[in-house]
Amino acid sequence: MNVFFAALHKELLLQWRTRARVLSVVVFGATALLLMSFAIGPDAGSLRQYAGGFLWLALLLSSTLTLEASLEAETEQQALEGLLLLPVAPTILFYSKALANTAQLALLGTVLVPVAIVLYGAGTARPLALFGLIVLGAGGLAAPGTLYATMTARARAKQTLLPLLLFPLVVPVLIAATKASSLLILGDPMRQLSAWLTLLVAFCGIYWTLCGLMFGVIVED
Amino acid sequence: MTTPLALDVQGLARRYGGRWALSGVSFSLEAGQALALVGRNGSGKSTLLRLLAAALRVHAGEARVCGADLRRDADTVRRRTALLSHAAYTWEALSARENLVFTSRLLGQDRPRERAAQRLEQVGLAARGDDPVSSFSAGMRKRLALARTLLQEAPLVMLDEPYGALDPPGFRLIDGIIRAVRVEGRSVVMATHQVERAAALCDRGLVLEQGRVAWQGPAAELPLKSGLLRGSEEGA
Repeated sequence: MNVFFAALHKELLLQWRTRARVLSVVVFGATALLLMSFAIGPDAGSLRQYAGGFLWLALLLSSTLTLEASLEAETEQQALEGLLLLPVAPTILFYSKALANTAQLALLGTVLVPVAIVLYGAGTARPLALFGLIVLGAGGLAAPGTLYATMTARARAKQTLLPLLLFPLVVPVLIAATKASSLLILGDPMRQLSAWLTLLVAFCGIYWTLCGLMFGVIVED
Repeated sequence: MTTPLALDVQGLARRYGGRWALSGVSFSLEAGQALALVGRNGSGKSTLLRLLAAALRVHAGEARVCGADLRRDADTVRRRTALLSHAAYTWEALSARENLVFTSRLLGQDRPRERAAQRLEQVGLAARGDDPVSSFSAGMRKRLALARTLLQEAPLVMLDEPYGALDPPGFRLIDGIIRAVRVEGRSVVMATHQVERAAALCDRGLVLEQGRVAWQGPAAELPLKSGLLRGSEEGA
């Protein structure tokens, strides 16, 4: 357990030291939200109706930058290979990195919510539930994102490969997160929220389990 | 009574795509001995070291590294070996001290800060220990990578061109460290173009040519075999 916390501490410290990158990702996400609000037009009802979807779309687009950057620190001096030569289980390395990426994406999502409130009027009466949903959705993006970012880290076309591999895989997470967000923003008269949250939790569980198992295989050689 | 072997390599081979970078490599090294690995650029020295450190998968052949089967027990091999590679294996955004403290923690060692401080002192980086690695010169990165390798306290230490990027005091540092490691009864494998130094520091010598063993014998005879190395002076 100490080794896991050491690995997690290292990940969080690396993210803190490269925090200037986070600012650029936030600006990217906010710009995406702004552009999409212009595409809808001034109709307040439509803006509010689509706010959940656009929030997750902005987060998805920004996530590729965050995930790529998280692996950059490991590839500069081949630190990842160095880590794999230590007697540390690859699963520990994966879960520490995926958890740190979840934290960063959750932070990004949380920062984008006020932007969505201003642009789309996407306020909610249950801000804590929305925050929990963002953390859960960020986890659903971070686990496969960390795996694929590792796979593509040394590829020449990694900027193209990562979204190509990641986006189709996380569609169930995005659908569940978008629906749940919309229900939190627009209201939930039919009590559907728990069903979408259950779906989201299920996919998070599947991704975190499978990606953790596969990480050791993909980094082996 | 026979001396245990640090390395027992039989027909080791590795290919990249369709090209065999290493083929039919066989040799052994007694525990506590030092082996100098020499050969031209591209002869397979780095590949051999990375195979023996379980950083690459073996495509043919067998090897026992400090008693552990390289193909079946890579985790134990990694526990018993430390590799100084061409890459520094460090995080640029962290300080030298943080790099070593995290490595020590990941190794599950006690007193990581104390150990990191000792190693920084040993490689002459104590004064710059709190500076980010991104501000380091190539020679300083090499020293930090060496500190990281020594931190592992492995029974088999493998050094890939350890003199590369170092200044003359750095050369003496490497010589001293190899001697100190050997005094502790640990084994050393060093890939280098510094044939004279290798001959003075090591017991055994092995010359690789195009991925095959061209010669092996006492390290003292390595300079006599320099014809095999003509035109491959080290750019250290």
